[in-house]
Amino acid sequence: MATQTRHRPTAIEVSPKPELPTKRTEARNGALMVSPAVVLLLVFFLVPVLLCFILAFTNARLVSPEPTRFIGLDNFSRLFQDPLFWKSLRNTFYFAIVVVPLQSAFALVLALLVNSQHKGTNIFRTLYFIPVVTSIVVVSILWRFMYQPEGLVNQLLQTVSFNTIQGTDWLNNQSTAMPAIMFMSIWQAVGFHMVIWLSGLQTISAELYEAADLDGTNRWEKFRYVTWPGLRATRTFILVTITIAALSLFAQINVMTNGGPRDATSTVVFQAVRVGYQQQATAYASAISLAFFVLVLTVSLVQRYLTRDKD
Amino acid sequence: MATIVSAPAAVQPKNKSKSTSRLVGGYAARIVLGLFFAFPVVFMFVSSLKPDDQIFSDLTSIKAFLPVGHISLDNYSNVFDTVPAWRFLANSLVISALIVALGLLVNSMAAFALARMHWRGRSIVLAAIIATLVVPFETFALPLVWWVNKLPWLVMQDGSPVWSFGWLDSYRVQIFPFIANAFSIYLYYSYFQSIPKELDEAARVDGASWFRIYRSIAMPLAGPATATVAILTFLPAWNQYLWPLMVVQSENLRPVMVGVSYFFQLNVAWGPMMAYATLITIPVLALFLSFQRAFIGSIASSGVKG
Repeated sequence: MATQTRHRPTAIEVSPKPELPTKRTEARNGALMVSPAVVLLLVFFLVPVLLCFILAFTNARLVSPEPTRFIGLDNFSRLFQDPLFWKSLRNTFYFAIVVVPLQSAFALVLALLVNSQHKGTNIFRTLYFIPVVTSIVVVSILWRFMYQPEGLVNQLLQTVSFNTIQGTDWLNNQSTAMPAIMFMSIWQAVGFHMVIWLSGLQTISAELYEAADLDGTNRWEKFRYVTWPGLRATRTFILVTITIAALSLFAQINVMTNGGPRDATSTVVFQAVRVGYQQQATAYASAISLAFFVLVLTVSLVQRYLTRDKD
Repeated sequence: MATIVSAPAAVQPKNKSKSTSRLVGGYAARIVLGLFFAFPVVFMFVSSLKPDDQIFSDLTSIKAFLPVGHISLDNYSNVFDTVPAWRFLANSLVISALIVALGLLVNSMAAFALARMHWRGRSIVLAAIIATLVVPFETFALPLVWWVNKLPWLVMQDGSPVWSFGWLDSYRVQIFPFIANAFSIYLYYSYFQSIPKELDEAARVDGASWFRIYRSIAMPLAGPATATVAILTFLPAWNQYLWPLMVVQSENLRPVMVGVSYFFQLNVAWGPMMAYATLITIPVLALFLSFQRAFIGSIASSGVKG
C-alpha cells in the first residue's frame, strides 16, 4: 500500500520516510471504518433526540391528515396542567427513591457474600444471577401470577406466619401496587449490580486487608476503612446506572398493572408510551419525553456533583 | 477486562468453633437467598406441565414447586395451537443474531479506527459517542417511531427500484436502530487500546493495509471483548419489548416478548402462559448456564469504567 510518493520538498527534508501519503491513507481509512457506526448513530440517535426537541413544540401525530405545524408552548402548558403527568412524576420519584438505595445495598450484601473462597461460590453467583437473564416481561408475568389474592405470595405469608397475616390483592390495591412492583424489580435486577460490586471488590488489594489484620481490626472496621473507600468508583457507577434504570420504569407497569389501580403505578415513560403510541399523539409524547430527559439529566448531574472527587 | 476470580481477601479464622458456626450460618444464608432467586423460575417450569386447576390447588403446599400430579405437555401443544410460537421464536432469533453480528462488525471497526488510527476529528467523534451513553433509549423512543415512519427504503417494483417510505411493520425497523451501540464501541475501544501499538507498526512496514491489520491482528486478539459485546448485545435484543410493541403490527413479524399479550385475554390461561414463558426463557437460560462465567465476566467488565 501507498508505495507511490508525492514528494514535497519540505516534508522530505524533515522525515526520512515518505510520510504524507501514508498519513492520508490512514485518515481516509479511519474515516471509512468509523462511518457506518457514525451514520447509524446520526440516523437512529441524534435525529430522534433532536426531533424530540422539535416535535414537542408542534402538533405532530403519528398518522395525521393535517400538516405538522409549530404551536409554541401549547404542549407544555397542557403538560403542566395534566394531573396524570404530576401523578406519574410522583410515582416515578417514589419508585426511584425506594429502589435505588435498597437495590444497591442489597447488591453489595450479596457481593460480599459471594466474594469468598468457600466451596460452591460459583453456584450461588449463578443462582443470584438467574433473574437478570430472565426477560423482565417473563418476570413480570410470573410475579403478577404470584401476587394474586390466592397467589403464591399470600399462601407463603400465611404459612410462615401461621395464618396470622392475611395478604391482600397486591396489584389491585392502590397502596400496595407500587411497593409490590418495587420488590419484584429489586429481586430481578439485584444480581446485575451484585456482579458490578464484585468486580469493584476485586480491585481492592489483598495487602490492605493483611495490613488491617496486623492492626487487629474487626470485620466491621475492615469494611468501614478498607472495603468502603476502595469501592468509590464502583459506587458512583452503580448509583448512576440504577437511578437511570429506575427512572425509566416501563415494562413491569405495562405487563403487571397497566398503570392502575387508578393511575397509582403510572410512570413518566409509561404515560409517554400510552400517549404517543396508543393515542398516537407524537407531539405531546415528545413533550413528556423532553421533560423526562431533563429529569434524568438533572438527577445524574446532581449525583455526579455530589459524588465528585473532592481532592 | 475483569474476570471474576476468587477473592484474595478471605477472613482469617481466629477461633475454630466460632468460624465453623459462622461457616454454617453463611452457607444457610446463601442457600436461602439462592432459593429466593430461583423459586419463580422453578415454579414457572413446573407449572407449565400442569393443568390450570392443579396449578391453583397446588399453591397451598410445597407441591407448587414439584412436578407431581397430572404432568403432561398439553400446555405446550395448546401454545402451538393458539399462537405461531415457532414463528415468533424464529423472528427473535433472526433479529437478535443480525443485531449481534452486524453490531460486532460495525462497532469493532469504529473502535479500531478510534483507538489505533490517526485522523482529524477523532477525539471529537469519540467524545460525542461517549456522550450518547447518558441518554436512555426511552427518552427518544417516541420521536423515533415518528421518524422511522418517514424513512425511505428501496423496493423493487416491476423490475425497477423505487423508493418507498415508512419503516413501520418490518424486520429492518427492529434491527437497524440497535446495530451501532456506544457502549459496545467503548468496550472495544478500551480493549484495543490495551493491545501494543508496535504490532500495527510492524504490520504496516510489511505493507499490510489497515483493514488487514483490523481483521488479522486486532480482531483475533480481541476475543474477550467480542464475547462481552456479543452477550451484552444479545440479551436486550432477545428481550426487546417496548420497541416492537410500538412498531410492529403484523403477526408474522412479531418477536417473542410481544407474543405474551396473546395470553392476557379476558381470562388468562395460566398453564399455556407458563408454557410460553418457559419456551421463550429456555434459549437465554440455556445460553447463560453454558457460558455462565463469560456472562458474569461480561457484566463485571462493564462496571470497571469507573
